[in-house]
Amino acid sequence: MNTLRPLMKVLAPNPRTAFGAVLLATVLGVPGSPVPASAQGEVNLYSYRQPFLIQPLLDAFTAKTGIAVNVVFAPKGVLERLKAEGANSPADAVLTVDIGRLHDMVEAGVLRPVESPTLRMNIPAQYRHPEGLWFGLTTRARVFYVSKDRVAPGTISSYEDLARPDLKGRVCIRSGKHDYNVSLIASVIADRGLDEARAWLTGVRANLARKPQGNDRAQAKAIYESLCDVAVANTYYMAAMVTNESEPEQKKWAAATRIVFPNSDGRGTHVNVSGAAVTKSAKNVDNAVRLIEFLSEDFAQELYAETNYEYPVKVGVALHPLVESWGTFKADSVNLTEVAKRRAAASRLVDVVGFDFGGGGS
Amino acid sequence: MRPALARATSALPKASRAGLAIDAWGIGTLAVAGLMAAPVLAVFTLAIAPSDDIWGHLARTVLPHYTRTTLALMLGVGVGVFAVGTGTAWLVTMCRFPGRAVFAWALLLPLAVPAYIIAYVYTDILEYAGPVQGALRGLFGWSSPKDYWFPEIRSLTGAIAMMTLVLYPYVYALARAAFLEQSVCVLEVSRLLGRGPWRSFASVALPLARPAIVIGVSLALMETLNDFGTVDYFAVYTFTAGIYDVWLNMNSTSGAAQLATVMLVLVLALIAAERWARRRLRFHHTTNRYRQLPTYRLDRVPAALAVTACATPIVLGFVVPSAVLIDYSIGASANTPVADFTVYALNSLTLSSMAALLATGIGLFMAYGVRLGRGRAVRAATRLASVGYAVPGAVLAIGVVIPLARLDNAVDAFMGDVFGVSTGLLLSGTLAAVTYGYLVRFLALSFGTVDASLAKVTPSMDGAARTLGSAPLGALRRVHLPLMRGSILAAAILVFVDSMKELPMTLILRPFNFETLATYVYQFASRELLEQCAPAALAIVAAGVLPVILLSMAITRSRPGQWEGRRAPA
Repeated sequence: MNTLRPLMKVLAPNPRTAFGAVLLATVLGVPGSPVPASAQGEVNLYSYRQPFLIQPLLDAFTAKTGIAVNVVFAPKGVLERLKAEGANSPADAVLTVDIGRLHDMVEAGVLRPVESPTLRMNIPAQYRHPEGLWFGLTTRARVFYVSKDRVAPGTISSYEDLARPDLKGRVCIRSGKHDYNVSLIASVIADRGLDEARAWLTGVRANLARKPQGNDRAQAKAIYESLCDVAVANTYYMAAMVTNESEPEQKKWAAATRIVFPNSDGRGTHVNVSGAAVTKSAKNVDNAVRLIEFLSEDFAQELYAETNYEYPVKVGVALHPLVESWGTFKADSVNLTEVAKRRAAASRLVDVVGFDFGGGGS
Repeated sequence: MRPALARATSALPKASRAGLAIDAWGIGTLAVAGLMAAPVLAVFTLAIAPSDDIWGHLARTVLPHYTRTTLALMLGVGVGVFAVGTGTAWLVTMCRFPGRAVFAWALLLPLAVPAYIIAYVYTDILEYAGPVQGALRGLFGWSSPKDYWFPEIRSLTGAIAMMTLVLYPYVYALARAAFLEQSVCVLEVSRLLGRGPWRSFASVALPLARPAIVIGVSLALMETLNDFGTVDYFAVYTFTAGIYDVWLNMNSTSGAAQLATVMLVLVLALIAAERWARRRLRFHHTTNRYRQLPTYRLDRVPAALAVTACATPIVLGFVVPSAVLIDYSIGASANTPVADFTVYALNSLTLSSMAALLATGIGLFMAYGVRLGRGRAVRAATRLASVGYAVPGAVLAIGVVIPLARLDNAVDAFMGDVFGVSTGLLLSGTLAAVTYGYLVRFLALSFGTVDASLAKVTPSMDGAARTLGSAPLGALRRVHLPLMRGSILAAAILVFVDSMKELPMTLILRPFNFETLATYVYQFASRELLEQCAPAALAIVAAGVLPVILLSMAITRSRPGQWEGRRAPA
């Protein structure tokens, strides 16, 4: 009985007032944002990016400028929260990992245009919004990991090749519904049109070695296990596996594969951006712009390259030696907004061809 | 036999000419239920906007698959949690075999393990490159996947197994409480009439425990419906996967809300169907003769079988995942400062305690309000208020964001107009918002548990108390609460443990720079780097263990007459 007594004391005497008091304490006693603004002010971020990936950059920004950075990380729902909060939203800027989210925010009208000579100089036009609504900070290429043993150099060189009949039962990929694949398919639609893209995706489905599943690393692992010979994945996962000391097993997966940059002779390899934007509701506009500018400068761009193995958008910034060892590639020059506009169509195409049910799975 | 003994002899004292106090209960219950139902209503409202022929597209393509998979998953998990939960609860309560006292609490342990963690751990163990298949290959000299067949963990069956393992404790907890609360008379009568243990179980104990078991199974099924982590990881495409796809890939919030609404209507229909099937059957205990329950002694083979039946879910649902997490933790690169880690843990504990306390209070308030008989409106409102559990967490979070922000903005506009001051967002993005989100999500747990317990108190007690001059509140305090102590604690602990694991709502609703153990684990797990945050994942599990043991004690003590100095039956 003794264990129950404290609880009963709260519950029994007068339930209504007790709950009222607790509720009141929740509302009044616990402030929402316990971070005191520093003398130089602050900037509030809503981020789609995992904090552990960006914290070193934000810390460096605070150290340099004295501006405190407050972050909420959420993998979904940021746009809806911004929309609902409206003009009173505390968010000054947004960080995303995919063009899709940036485009959705443009469409929803929650971003404000930024005019910054620094950003225009640092970021190639292809990787920023024409009116300054968003800015790409890094790019990641969607490439092939192919088996070193079972795929001769030069035999598979384009996304179109993935549908070739001789690859039957040899292709691995994560769910067609994943952001990265939806954007890739959207880029094929942008280049080839919907009908050709459908025929292509149907062909890729027919070649699947297994039902689409796992993440990008899992595809390298599948090649290592001889489950398939060709996989589609982002570049930086390869580097993450090669350098993985806490899971050295992954080094073997990486060692079994080699990177191929698709469509180097044609329109180029599909790239996506991680990016940033200033919100319409921003109260600390100057600080938000300063942060994005900081992220586009050499120091941050190098840090991105070094710690996350991504491609810096700023021309002339050194790549991570490992990333550099894969060689240079030609990036698809299509405007990313054109890709983003076709994401809904791409997602539907995945349903239409039953892509995620392919590969002999249920 | 069942209806004759189980049926109530009198109906609840209906307050036909409502006095002031009773009216306050009715209005209060409606108000609280309305507050809790607001996010679900917000999702309904979102669904009203047009959605660009998403239904036509889905119906032509993947909707049949989503529907089939969802139904199969629910059927599998439903049967699984019923069999494991009820079976082990009966064994532990009514039979004597070695280790029974330990099993009684240990069977609740898998509750502390988040589903996404168990899915991750078992994939690691059972996939092609994992230790099990590796050992098999070594043993039999196989060299490629084409040489042999091994069940695919990333499949519908795998998802059913994972969810059954972590969700059966809901059924176990409620079924065990129900078995313990049964009167010995009923069982004695059954035995006098010549029924053996199994037939007594099937024809007396099981029907008496039906309301509790139904609630346990429906809680497990609602959790199955709202799960995204496991099905996504296993590439099993359910309704919930469809909701997220429509929302995020097709950028259609209204389409997603429509799918969620259809799903909710189905859930409400299922609940209504079960209630209809039970109709006027009422399951009160009409006697207060409680002696120590007669237990069946099992020896040799039956005892060994009982031990196996109880040990298997504990080993698979708790021991194995914990061991793997410990193993990861030993190899983990310790890059989290202990101070940060402590803060995350404190955040988790504070939020979860707050949610547990409030959810139990509100659940009790609503359940009692319904019992006082304020009619259909009240009952319907409480149903709607406790259905949030079946909504995918991130969708429900949007449902919370919208009314809160609207309220904040209205207050801000009003204050601006009248006093010329801007109050900004008072609630949005605060811990109050997160707590509110938890309440909305987990009210089903506390309301269901408390309601089931309250239903077992015969209405003649209410009548007696009221005849003797007690007001409703006094009757609740002096009559019902003492009878329900165990269930109230159980409700609080269920909410606490689930809040510790809560992820999608915390992510979306939280203030700046605020981490819980779950959100901290998630940022690594979402990059498939669970090894790096294994200590935090282990902390979530560990934080659930103590409450789970408390829960077991509470259930054991919930047997009426227990506090009269008799030895506990288990």
